[in-house]
Amino acid sequence: MSFPTRRKILKSLLFGGTAIAAPSAVFGAIYGRGEGMPWEPLKGQPPYYGTQEDRFFTPDEREAVAAICARLIPSDGDGPGAVEADVITFLDRQMAGFYGRGQHWYMKGPFLEGTATQGYQSEHPPAELYRHALAELDAYCRAQQEAGFAALSAAQQDEILKGMDDEEITFDPVSAKAFFDLILKNTIEGYFADPIYGGNRDMVAWHYVGFPGTRYDYRDFVGHNGARIDLPPVSLMGRPGWNSSE
Amino acid sequence: MTKQLPKVDVVLVGFGWTGAIYAEKLTAAGMEVLALERGPWRDTPTDFATTFAQDELRYYWRHGMFQEASQSTVTFRNNGAQTALPMRHWGSFLPGNGVGGSGVHWNGQTYRFLPSDFVAKSHNEERYGPLPEGMTVQDYGVTYDELEPHFDYFEKICGISGTAGNLRGDIREGGNPFEGPRSDDYPNPPMQMTFSQDRFEASARDMGLNPFPVPSANMSRAYVNPLGMQLAPCTYCGFCEKHGCGNYSKSSPQTTIIPVLMKRENFTLRTDSEVLSVEKSPDDTRTTGVTYVDTSGEEFFQPAEVVVLCAYPLENARLMLLSDIGTPYDPQTGEGVVGKNYCYQVMSGATVFYDEEYTNGFVGAGALGMAVDEYNGDNFDHSGLGFIGGGYIACYTTNARPIESHPVPEGVPGWGSEWKQSVRANFLKTTNVGVHGASMAHRSNYLDLDPTYTDRHGRPLLRMTYDFTLNDRRLTAHLTPVAEEIARGMGGREVNVAERKGSYDSMPYQTTHNTGGTIMGTDPQMSVCNRYCQSWDLHNLFVAGAGLFPQNAGYNPTGTVAALAYWSVAAIIDQYMADPGPLVQA
Repeated sequence: MSFPTRRKILKSLLFGGTAIAAPSAVFGAIYGRGEGMPWEPLKGQPPYYGTQEDRFFTPDEREAVAAICARLIPSDGDGPGAVEADVITFLDRQMAGFYGRGQHWYMKGPFLEGTATQGYQSEHPPAELYRHALAELDAYCRAQQEAGFAALSAAQQDEILKGMDDEEITFDPVSAKAFFDLILKNTIEGYFADPIYGGNRDMVAWHYVGFPGTRYDYRDFVGHNGARIDLPPVSLMGRPGWNSSE
Repeated sequence: MTKQLPKVDVVLVGFGWTGAIYAEKLTAAGMEVLALERGPWRDTPTDFATTFAQDELRYYWRHGMFQEASQSTVTFRNNGAQTALPMRHWGSFLPGNGVGGSGVHWNGQTYRFLPSDFVAKSHNEERYGPLPEGMTVQDYGVTYDELEPHFDYFEKICGISGTAGNLRGDIREGGNPFEGPRSDDYPNPPMQMTFSQDRFEASARDMGLNPFPVPSANMSRAYVNPLGMQLAPCTYCGFCEKHGCGNYSKSSPQTTIIPVLMKRENFTLRTDSEVLSVEKSPDDTRTTGVTYVDTSGEEFFQPAEVVVLCAYPLENARLMLLSDIGTPYDPQTGEGVVGKNYCYQVMSGATVFYDEEYTNGFVGAGALGMAVDEYNGDNFDHSGLGFIGGGYIACYTTNARPIESHPVPEGVPGWGSEWKQSVRANFLKTTNVGVHGASMAHRSNYLDLDPTYTDRHGRPLLRMTYDFTLNDRRLTAHLTPVAEEIARGMGGREVNVAERKGSYDSMPYQTTHNTGGTIMGTDPQMSVCNRYCQSWDLHNLFVAGAGLFPQNAGYNPTGTVAALAYWSVAAIIDQYMADPGPLVQA
């Protein structure tokens, strides 16, 4: 956390000319005046989401979301999918945090249906949109197939997701399309983000596509001239001795 | 109760590139300068250290570097018949926040506009006849030759890497032959190009074009700038745009100016301090200072001899509208000036997919690229084409940050097994040839205050009414095939063209090049500021930034933004301080 030091606060009180009666309030820090560059240790510490407990989704929601992710980025073929990358843990962390709450988004009304070029206009921040849409999805699946989404076959699941994507399946009151677009975006985020956020576990997605991760010096490779650069990935946590063969 | 503070010589509203430029020059001239920054203090070693700066989710997708929409956003609509709705999170552009502003998360592509760009109206009318109905393109009121020393100085402050194409009229091999004459070479040689640029260069040369290295604020070697600031060689890490550079390799206010300022007794910076309004004298001829609020919610009045608006263009326009300075623009009548001539950038391109060769896009830098300028500005004959302006065409290798950059060929679905396999097959094997098109002003594209939505202080949000114009559509239709032809000559398996069609969409990222709204010019009925970036209405109010552009050229704006700031601050020091008053008689 970053707060102005007490000395700075006192200084700004003096500079303001009149004392303010709430010294505990955090207000505009003051810099310069010949003092040089301020520095505080550990100010920019990256967030860490490495723990395992559930935070937002109910067990039923978690099962449905995991099933959706598993179809968006499947585990078949030549590499890991959302399941191996543990995207569900990423999504759970995100929905429990500032992103899920829409804390940095503009969420004042009135809420109107926008044009295609006006972006997200739901009255619900992401976590609430998930919650409402998952309830609608569950009701839809039970009405159509007499089972929840997670219990359906892969082909049935794909058909439903495609219907949401193509706006042939709609929910009320939340938009199935808005939910589909958001969960697809978030799933890709979880698949490819740094493992500190809970997804891309053991950097499986980076290994798969050949992304070397959070390195910061490629000067030796600028002249690669079209040749493959084979560098094992590095995360913000470094490269602890997890079960990789390198 | 607003608390009255002691008067200072100059207050700067916002502390990014232009704030740092004004502050450095004004304090060097002996003035007491106070900068008010809405966001927090941010510095290289603590806020974007190399141990954690390469965090795509945190800085881009979770907007770690940008203004929070919850504090203030804009409402948007394509045209006046629609209802503008808030951009609830950022998309097409990313306004900065905090010390350094957008100068922290920019790429560093540092061009000069062409001499003819500064006289777009008179030049084009002389050559092609009257501009079409509804096109509100104007001259800047300042010329390339007047700005040249300031372009040169900013390039030295930043340590720009490049190859001069026109050195005092001498056209030089390997540079941009179309650029205005330069008084001096770039301070540093160009960056080292990668495979993609080599292929672009060969293809462009085969077509008879003159490719040149993009002028880059990413260091090609260790460098000490005129203020004694030391910059380090770029390491091509691929986390430039949308991220801060922890390596002292990308020029930003923090790495080129701020540490020098912070040692000066006559400079003060207050962070977390948001200016609410610019106050006027009772006779409406001067500003008396600004009212701002800090995070305690307390309001302060800060008196000043001179006020400079150094915030992002959108916020500068909004502050003028909220403060009732100048006549708001009315698209119905074409009268008024504040909010007029909002412009953007018209982007398109072609993606090349290789089979055998690896482009290794993760070895990249914000301004690592080669460009051609044959189709920019008026470098080509526009007779019979039905549009003016143009754009550069470039092949950049900025990143392979995987959440953002995982292109797949046309026809591949957006999710599922096929998508996954295709992402992998192409991830290390694509590059892009982009068109960076100009945006000409039109009567129907403008900024005003929204009638419905308010910010956290209850003040109206800025409303943006914007769509691509006929000029934009013709321009992009003419240039995109050229980009495609270059791309097809680069030896790939296939080329996918991304045309700029349909209405402007506020969500997919395009550029953070929002211009106009507080434009400069020669006539107070037609512009907000005079040629010295001084308000026509209040002679001790100056405005900085790309909001000054009467229309946007086919280049990235920062070089020209900085040159205008140096030009304007020189006028304040050399002319205004000795004899305060309008520097141009209306």
